[in-house]
Amino acid sequence: MPLLEIRNLSVDFATSSGQFRAVDGIDLSVDKGELLAIVGESGSGKSVSMLAMMGLLPWTATITADVMSFDGHDLRALGPRQRRRIVGKDMAMIFQEPMSSLNPCFTTGFQIKEALRLHLGLDRKARHRRAVELFEMVGIPAPEDRLKVFPHQMSGGMNQRVMIAMAIACGPKLLIADEPTTALDVTIQAQILDLLTGLQRDSGMALILITHDMGVVAETAERVSVQYAGQKVEEQKVADLFETPHHPYTAALLAALPERATSRHLPTIPGVVPGQFDRPRGCLFSPRCKFADDRCKAEPPAPAGSGLGLARCHYPLNARSEVSA
Amino acid sequence: MNAPVVKAENLSRHYSVRGGLFSGSRILRAVSDTSFELQPGKTLAVVGESGCGKSTLARLITMIEEPTSGSFTIGGVEASPANRKQLRTDVQIVFQNPYGSLNPRQRIGAVLTEPLKINRPDITAGERTRRAREMLALVGLRPEHYDRYPHMFSGGQRQRIAVARALMLEPKLLVLDEPVSALDLSIQSQILNLLVDLQERLGLAYLFISHDLSVVKHMADDIIVMYLGRPVEMGSKDAIFAHPRHPYTKALLSATPVADPQGKRNRIKLEGELPSPLDLPTGCAFAPRCWKAQERCRAERPELGAVTHGAACFFPE
Repeated sequence: MPLLEIRNLSVDFATSSGQFRAVDGIDLSVDKGELLAIVGESGSGKSVSMLAMMGLLPWTATITADVMSFDGHDLRALGPRQRRRIVGKDMAMIFQEPMSSLNPCFTTGFQIKEALRLHLGLDRKARHRRAVELFEMVGIPAPEDRLKVFPHQMSGGMNQRVMIAMAIACGPKLLIADEPTTALDVTIQAQILDLLTGLQRDSGMALILITHDMGVVAETAERVSVQYAGQKVEEQKVADLFETPHHPYTAALLAALPERATSRHLPTIPGVVPGQFDRPRGCLFSPRCKFADDRCKAEPPAPAGSGLGLARCHYPLNARSEVSA
Repeated sequence: MNAPVVKAENLSRHYSVRGGLFSGSRILRAVSDTSFELQPGKTLAVVGESGCGKSTLARLITMIEEPTSGSFTIGGVEASPANRKQLRTDVQIVFQNPYGSLNPRQRIGAVLTEPLKINRPDITAGERTRRAREMLALVGLRPEHYDRYPHMFSGGQRQRIAVARALMLEPKLLVLDEPVSALDLSIQSQILNLLVDLQERLGLAYLFISHDLSVVKHMADDIIVMYLGRPVEMGSKDAIFAHPRHPYTKALLSATPVADPQGKRNRIKLEGELPSPLDLPTGCAFAPRCWKAQERCRAERPELGAVTHGAACFFPE
């Protein structure tokens, strides 16, 4: 049984101009100790689906799912009090902006020890020992001193390390990292990614890495799920995805990478991601897809078989090679 | 060989920063001793991490700020406070965030005609409109967009508007300060193609500021790598990507993730973080993080030298 299993998750937001579907029928399963990457552009619903699972969305959101279970708990049936016992302990999240996700009014030490007190009930001395240990684990130099400083006194990379230390403080079974390195410089990004994958390997926790950077995906993940406009359009092992993308969106996205360019002109994807008012009736990618025909515009495709990367497409690419193989 | 569009010599910009209540002011060296040349129709990329002075350099060249010392020429004319107003029309800038750089209360037509209204008062209103509409077509927007407001556009379209606005005065040099960092991957390639096309058609020179090395590799002819306000390596794109000479450039290249799951490389792991620009090390600024650093690196500062592919390092590769 997978650690996390989600079937047909949808999230609708009540906006002043009507219902807006941000996440549309997402399936997801993560095993113990696995590293799954979710890629997608802005507005593809990758953060919202994770926040929905953690119960962190505002009241305007309506969450529906057929299955949403984590480690034997049914997340749909949990009350707020029970949920708080899981979120932050067995399931933790790191956010994109380390500077704005820490509380500027409290020292880093206070913030990390709060989680240890509430979830693990350690006494003062044990909390301090554990906090120092955690800071050492995430590579913060002089941990005793760093526990006494405020977030604004440290750099973005250091704050992200504090966030990671907080997230792993209670030994979570699942860590969700939402664009953990987007706000950081490349040399610091390399350090943070090494730290996260190292923790995942050594402690056996599962890691969901949300990102828009194909380079980060290629270098860290094992399995990749590609999202577009709230839907999962494809899921494959990382090597296969880069080798033989099945959904035209994935293929176009990979072709648009400057480092894969063969000429001065890059292949582009015309148009933009559909918004609230111009959501197509059929396949969501059909207005921008160069292979789209009348069928694509009329009826939404169902996910293909696992041999075709579960691609949500009527005409998956690279299908022939799959059959002969 | 053509005359360079920009020739900068030993440009520096230092800020004086007030310390606490009782400590005196200190000097923050944002950019120091930076020299470069940029030919028409070419792209010079400035790369480096946050705080390396790349945006300050952009502000110096666009004459938003004055250099503390050093000088530069635009199209052969020395920039001085006296002729700044006239030179500014030759240099235009496109900012990183297209959501913040357009006035939400101005229609696109007004955004595009305003530069002409201010700088070319002899042009009639009809002619201004005509040129603005022409420019819309040039950057790939439709004529009906002329009367719309910025909030009606997507990020990529807004960046097109920002480029169009910058081109209204027919500049020789376009400074692009992280022009695609705020855009999604599928939009990014559209804007990069637009920039390539415009450069070919109008013979523009680009000063391309970016931290994304894969974009730089695609766009640049020459590259300056900056670290803590100083150029540490300068050379042609091919030379720098094939044979990085400065250890920092090497580390930067190896840290950049490559979208190829098969290509496993050994990454150079840099220890530590950028030192504060208020409190620079005496010798080479990179010495505290460098795996090759020796006594000499900590004592003296290496110079870039006036060679074609220079590296400010005592022990270059």
